[in-house]
Amino acid sequence: MLKHRLIPCVLLKDWQLVKSVQFGSFRTIGHPTATVRVYNARNVDELIVLDIDASLKGEPINTEIITDMANECFMPLTIGGGIKTIEDVYAVLGAGADKISINSQAIKNPYFIKEIATIFGSQCIVCSIDIKKIDGQYRVFNKKEGLLDIDPLTLAKEYERQGAGEILLTSVDLEGTTLGYDIELLKLFTDSLHIPIIINGGMGVPHHGIEALQNGADALAAAYIFHFTQYTPQMIKEELKKSNYPVRVS
Amino acid sequence: MSVNIVIIDYGMGNLRSVQKAFEKVGFSAIITRDFLQIQKASHIVLPGVGAFGDAMTNLNNLGLVELLNTQVLEYKKPFLGICLGMQLLAKKGYEFGEHDGLGWIDANVVRFKDDNLKIPHVGWNNVDFHNPSVLFQGIPDHSDFYFVHSYYFDAPSTYAIGYCNYGVKFVCAIQKENIFATQFHPEKSQIHGLKIIENFANFTKETQC
Repeated sequence: MLKHRLIPCVLLKDWQLVKSVQFGSFRTIGHPTATVRVYNARNVDELIVLDIDASLKGEPINTEIITDMANECFMPLTIGGGIKTIEDVYAVLGAGADKISINSQAIKNPYFIKEIATIFGSQCIVCSIDIKKIDGQYRVFNKKEGLLDIDPLTLAKEYERQGAGEILLTSVDLEGTTLGYDIELLKLFTDSLHIPIIINGGMGVPHHGIEALQNGADALAAAYIFHFTQYTPQMIKEELKKSNYPVRVS
Repeated sequence: MSVNIVIIDYGMGNLRSVQKAFEKVGFSAIITRDFLQIQKASHIVLPGVGAFGDAMTNLNNLGLVELLNTQVLEYKKPFLGICLGMQLLAKKGYEFGEHDGLGWIDANVVRFKDDNLKIPHVGWNNVDFHNPSVLFQGIPDHSDFYFVHSYYFDAPSTYAIGYCNYGVKFVCAIQKENIFATQFHPEKSQIHGLKIIENFANFTKETQC
């Protein structure tokens, strides 16, 4: 049986891995290779690293760090941030990433997804959508440009049509708060999409993960809980397993 | 005989991941498309992610099909196909049209049909061992491995050594004499995956008899 994945999702900033709260107030969690080595030793299911220097400041993609991290990683590694061209995809996958995460460039040009899929296959494309709730309505949020007048579900459906492999769904409002995932948002997506959904933003206790799985999430992404609470990935998965959700426990 | 592993570089995917998995278990491996290197190899690995048709086109254009046929079918060098590298062993692939594969195994590569399934099949799934194989030596039955694919290897049980279940029960690992292949990614499957890499590297023509 296919297992639900629990995926640490961390940010790369100034050559450090950091954790944000609602996309701001960054806290350093450690050196990239050392942190990845710990995650590998803890036998996590997968790892997502988003390079916010590349996405936010437009700095070139740091393939040197990606290579160093990939060398420590014997589980799937997804890298995102600043990927704008097919050459960027080559560079990131060539540095040892297994999948790429794209965000801004896909909003500008969803056809970019199809271009990548044709060459590298859908399985390596994670489309990341950041979402904020304003006056009861969900809207796409962009780190650089702020709130956009785009309906996130319409955008996700277009991504699926273009050949996205997975959707990484992040609630900006709940990110780093430990208040739990945005279940209403999740349900909106799981009811309408046929590709796997990784929910992100807000996990503070294992029960939040159970809620998300109950409501159709395929995989759970988190960061705060691993670094600033007592819970390890293994402990969270033990809890999920107790509630009869298939997970990989070692 | 000394172990001389080559990873075939035919422009399809995560070659470096496979190389460092061999390094992790104490073997070096060369990434190459050079005929001489491949002819000198003791072990041949065909990894790959991407589309079936493109992959066969690349193998053909690089003149690798004939070379692989000689090295693997005739000289019986230990061979490991990973993911797309397993699918290419089939007679036909049906991804974006119909394509001929290497045809080493009586199989077709077809898309998951169940409408209720999420495609791709991505994540960790358990592999149920079928016929005993040195590839799985030291690994518990039903261990989880990392899969990511939208098409599967539709084959009779003749050479099956492992099955996986995702809407359909499908062959996810095979051994035919010196030919091994896995649909999942051993190089991304932590300790059990690395054990497969090690088992393959330790497999020689002598151990096979």
